[in-house]
Amino acid sequence: MQTAKQKNSSLDRVLIQIFLIGNAIIMLYPILMMALSGFKTNAEIFTRPFGMPSSFNLDNFKVIWTQTDVPRYLINSAIVTGFSVLFLLVMGTMAAYALSRYRWRGSIMVSLFFLSGLMLPLRLAIIPLFIQLKAMGLTDNPLGLIAIYTAMSLPATVFILTGFLRSLPAELEDSARIDGASELRIMVQIMTPLISPALVIAGIYNAVPIWNDFFFPLIFIQSPEWKTLAQGLTQFFGEYSINYGVLYAGLTLAALPIVVIFIAQSRRFIAGMTAGAIK
Amino acid sequence: MAHIVMRDVQKRFGNVEVIPGASLEIKDNEFVVFVGPSGCGKSTLLRLLAGLEDLTAGAIEIDGERVDHLSPSRRGLAMVFQSYALYPHMTVRENMSYALRVARTPKAEVEAKVREAAEILQLTEYLDRKPKALSGGQRQRVAIGRAIVRDPKVFLFDEPLSNLDAKLRVQMRIEITKLHRRLKATMIYVTHDQIEAMTMADKIVVLNEGRIEQMGAPLDLYNDPDNKFVAGFIGSPAMNFFDGTVTARDDAALTVELSDKTKVVYPCANPGQAGVGDAVTLGVRPENFHFDGGDEPAIKGEVYAVERLGGETYLYLQSTAGHETVVHAVGDHEVAVGDQVAVNFNPARNHLFDPQGRTIR
Ligand SMILES: Nc1ncnc2c1ncn2[C@@H]1O[C@H](COP(=O)(O)OP(=O)(O)OP(=O)(O)O)[C@@H](O)[C@H]1O
Ligand SMILES: [Mg+2]
Repeated sequence: MQTAKQKNSSLDRVLIQIFLIGNAIIMLYPILMMALSGFKTNAEIFTRPFGMPSSFNLDNFKVIWTQTDVPRYLINSAIVTGFSVLFLLVMGTMAAYALSRYRWRGSIMVSLFFLSGLMLPLRLAIIPLFIQLKAMGLTDNPLGLIAIYTAMSLPATVFILTGFLRSLPAELEDSARIDGASELRIMVQIMTPLISPALVIAGIYNAVPIWNDFFFPLIFIQSPEWKTLAQGLTQFFGEYSINYGVLYAGLTLAALPIVVIFIAQSRRFIAGMTAGAIK
Repeated sequence: MAHIVMRDVQKRFGNVEVIPGASLEIKDNEFVVFVGPSGCGKSTLLRLLAGLEDLTAGAIEIDGERVDHLSPSRRGLAMVFQSYALYPHMTVRENMSYALRVARTPKAEVEAKVREAAEILQLTEYLDRKPKALSGGQRQRVAIGRAIVRDPKVFLFDEPLSNLDAKLRVQMRIEITKLHRRLKATMIYVTHDQIEAMTMADKIVVLNEGRIEQMGAPLDLYNDPDNKFVAGFIGSPAMNFFDGTVTARDDAALTVELSDKTKVVYPCANPGQAGVGDAVTLGVRPENFHFDGGDEPAIKGEVYAVERLGGETYLYLQSTAGHETVVHAVGDHEVAVGDQVAVNFNPARNHLFDPQGRTIR
């Protein structure tokens, strides 16, 4: 009886594993092909599109590094994404903290205001936004992008973080108050470290679309020295449409930072995703 | 050194009056236990004292100084919570030293104090662990250690042992009593547990619906409760209550007829507190029943459950008047479910309550 049951569950397990492995292959295969193609010459790509490269030399990457603007785009994207994520996490944590840990007049209005931001696509407001940023002198300026991204990401960030902050026991706060900690100190030293998985989730969740965004830089950035990756790559596509190896190498470089961050933080990310599941 | 006075303290949450008015004095070095049914305001009273809630009205003084406007950390008290409330991302050492670090105490002094507290509580080898890697009892000790390190004038405990298993609870109970003797601090302790209240307290405060019903030494409350609520709350198993009517009165006793026509003559100093015909309640503690009372009054009934433990026997009776009655008898008694029994009690050792629930003395 029991062995039958166990067998059944181990069969379930095998099926689930097969499904997950299949899923992983489907997801990873294109990325792997992109990365591998970055090591191939143009000829190799056409003769053996799905094979391994003949050697892992970095010629294509060297071309990108020395002959194109991709490094500058990478740096610009890193600056814009980095500061956006930093600001949205700091502001999002403070807003979520006020909404979840204190009771005050108007808190419901404010949280509804944030929620409404979740439903409103910012792109619809592009014309007033453009006029406003122009008036503030923030067009063709990475600060403008950072401001837009921070504002755009706050609703989702506040939404994610309030959920986590609400789940922390009030006695921790009380205990810290008796220990003499100020409200700011309680937030920074006691409560925020406990939601680090949520910060990682909110950070990655927002960083990916910001890193990949094409729309806002296209509209707000004209000077080549402030172009971001997504925008810069289109130009690069035109220039290197005959050299696919270099193209793939460029794409690989563009995807790399986010992949690295994700891998580095994956344990926290998963901990956050399953936080509700295990008590 | 801490002498606490709470003067007509009131607390309202919105429209809900949780503490309608409580006055209380706690002497230096006293161990005071708050007991009362769930939701009666024990934690609220403790939190008011700690400064975690604001008073609606009234005053709190510690050593003659008004403290109700001070922030929690400046009242010189420490609190141990039921859930321990240890900071999960800090090691035991960091947990215990947090308050001192917030207060910018010199490093060497912090280290010395933590070491001393850890020694008292046998936590030295766990100082570098996170709370997650500790057992329930160890976490409890860290929570206490965190309080000790601050050298508070007053320790507040809110049901600190209720998450521990029975054996550990006994052990920690003794530890806390020892600690009280060693630190010579005032301690206020909230509990649901009768044994904790009776054994640890210098003074028990019985609360009901935010009101103080009675306070006093544990055995005074047990032997001489002011009213029916305290009588029913202190003691385990709880006191048995029987409805009756006063049928006669002289200047030293009341005669009460229970609903099964048993007559009980209750000696008292102030029989004038009740009149003939009044509905009164007789309270008999389970341990005041016995089997060989001669001509003493008796409760008769059918046994519906028996617990024979060898050294003592618990009987559960359905009395002929319909009262469920618990009997705690010393020694072993051969009684079986379904037996009809009569248990005697000595009227002089019982309690009689007037229609308002006050004890007739
Ligand atoms: N923040 C609050 N807002 C509204 N009502 C509250 C609040 N805190 C407590 N109460 C109410 O006050 C009453 C007393 O609560 P309290 O926590 O002091 O009870 P307690 O005696 O500690 O109970 P327990 O033994 O279950 O811990 C309860 O009825 C509770 O619902
Ligand atoms: Mg409580």
